[in-house]
Amino acid sequence: MDVNMLQNILLTIATASTPLLLAAIGELVVERSGVLNLGVEGMMVIGAVCGFAGAFITGSPWIGALAGILAGVLLSLLFGFLALSLATNQVATGLSLTLLGIGLSGMIGEDFVGRAGIRLPRLDLPVLSDLPLVGKLLFGQDPLFYVSIALTAAVMWFLFKTRTGLTLRSIGDNHKSAHALGINVLLYRYLAVMFGGACAGLAGAHLSLVYTPQWVENMTAGRGWIALALVVFASWRPWRVIGGAYLFGAVTIGQIHAQALGIPIPSQLMSALPYLATIVVLVLISRDRRLTVINTPASLAQPFVPDR
Amino acid sequence: MRLELIKRPQKSALYSAISPLLALVLTLLAGFLIFSLLGKPPVAALHAYFIEPLSEAWQLHELAIKAAPLIMIAVGLSVCYRSNNWNIGAEGQFIIGGITGSLVPILFPQFQTLFTLPVMLLLGFIGGAAMGAIPALLKTRFNTNEILTSLMLVYVAQLFLDWLARGRFRDPGGNNFPGSIRFPESARLGEIFPSHGSAHWGIVLAILSAIIVWFMMRFLMKGFEVKVLGGSPRAGRFGGFSSTKMVFFAFLLSGGLAGLAGIAEVAGAIGQLRETISPGYGFAAIIVAFLGRLNPLGAIAAGFVLALTYLGGEAAQMSLGVSEKVARVFQGLLLFFVLGCDTLIHYRIKFIFGEAGKPATAKG
Repeated sequence: MDVNMLQNILLTIATASTPLLLAAIGELVVERSGVLNLGVEGMMVIGAVCGFAGAFITGSPWIGALAGILAGVLLSLLFGFLALSLATNQVATGLSLTLLGIGLSGMIGEDFVGRAGIRLPRLDLPVLSDLPLVGKLLFGQDPLFYVSIALTAAVMWFLFKTRTGLTLRSIGDNHKSAHALGINVLLYRYLAVMFGGACAGLAGAHLSLVYTPQWVENMTAGRGWIALALVVFASWRPWRVIGGAYLFGAVTIGQIHAQALGIPIPSQLMSALPYLATIVVLVLISRDRRLTVINTPASLAQPFVPDR
Repeated sequence: MRLELIKRPQKSALYSAISPLLALVLTLLAGFLIFSLLGKPPVAALHAYFIEPLSEAWQLHELAIKAAPLIMIAVGLSVCYRSNNWNIGAEGQFIIGGITGSLVPILFPQFQTLFTLPVMLLLGFIGGAAMGAIPALLKTRFNTNEILTSLMLVYVAQLFLDWLARGRFRDPGGNNFPGSIRFPESARLGEIFPSHGSAHWGIVLAILSAIIVWFMMRFLMKGFEVKVLGGSPRAGRFGGFSSTKMVFFAFLLSGGLAGLAGIAEVAGAIGQLRETISPGYGFAAIIVAFLGRLNPLGAIAAGFVLALTYLGGEAAQMSLGVSEKVARVFQGLLLFFVLGCDTLIHYRIKFIFGEAGKPATAKG
């Protein structure tokens, strides 16, 4: 295998992993604040269609990406209103967000099916991007790749090196004590949920502006759910999310290459691999109670109503 | 402006009764808004969507056909959610039930007796239950989150069905179209009143299963156990109930009923195993379960409401040129409103304007 081919495979893996990383790092912050938003898939698919629509209408993929973020935030606010202000069951509310997002995206996207999309331009630096093996990997990827890595580093720094991050984590572990200390639990949670929405929306926009620049109904194909699984897989640690996302990116790309090579395994079985891999990985992680039970934010998915 | 929740001393009986109706009214209002935004006359559109599909006898049969799987799945999910287990993979269990039940007519087409259909239904139930057992096993044995595993298995089931319908189970005489042979008469769930419309016995099965499960929840020890363990796992353990067994019970029952719904759909409405057999019934049934207040009898009424959103979507597309995808939007909104209105059962909602809205606890 020559160097260019290896680089191309690594590039496609990075492209497949970026939306998973973006969505998962957002949900990680949400869950660290003690909120379980199962609507990642819905916010992602809305981000995908609004990202495409924004780029298609204005001609600028950058505006598309912004539209994706905005759409994700708006949908997350709907979740926030119910799950936080009205203290509804978070599992059911998140599910309804996913159902609504899938329906809404189908409706919005109807006129965009089959239209040619606009791709976010890749970074192109003189000399640096043309270096052998690492040039394109380090200096020639789509902008959202760099965003995803920077965001992960920022979240890591925010959660574990800042006071606000500490407060956020304390809310996730014990919202009653945090409330008793005078911390505005719901405000922190609203902000975390909106951050999660922005990340999921951007992840969706990555799909329709970078990964496959077009709009296909249901194009997220369960990636939002895989992102949720990645947060568990990472046992709520940001840097582990990178590892998980790239593992899944590699499985996805691997099965596509295997299908292209004509390996005599039914294509449906190959397509099922990422989902099966998710289950296997979840089992391997959660059987070790030290990794999950201890790291799980203790208030996760429990509604909180401030008393007076 | 802020809003504040104030805990009621006890559950409001009034809102317990009217919260699903309130949610329906809010959904209709949202529909009015959506149709207006789409530039359609909203009243006419709502009429076409929610009233016209009910105006003729054959349409009521269509409603029953759509309601049957929704009710059957939702009955199982009601028990599952009551016990605080989150099976959201009913769509996959529905598909697997459809496959295992179809094994009889596809692999043994000459086996055509009075027992053919009962064996198929039984196999459908077993198949769905087996599929449901996977997340239950992983949850109890390895502490794995059942929401994620049951959902992942939906994608696996869909791909597996696609593979079967295009490969091993494809009708050799079907001109290479995907889909199995058409089932013989003895393997079909018959029509109830063939002279009036095409509703098959699936709806009767669905209502029967709702009544049986309601009886269990209301009068049998098992139902009590579900409610205790769902309400407070700790109290349940002190009461000598096993939460491990409850996980399996909840998943086997909900998976089995979803599987039964799957084979009833294949043997009733469709008549062959196709590469897709469900327009998202397994997910819509989650809404049915909540709209029916997690009560098996409530699921019957809620099932007809959700069935109407499917029919209305088709009707609105034909008469108004509105995308049938509006049905999914209505379904999602309905669940939102149901959950929001349920808050009123436990809390009073107080709106606070201006400065008075500062949290009293900010003083520390």
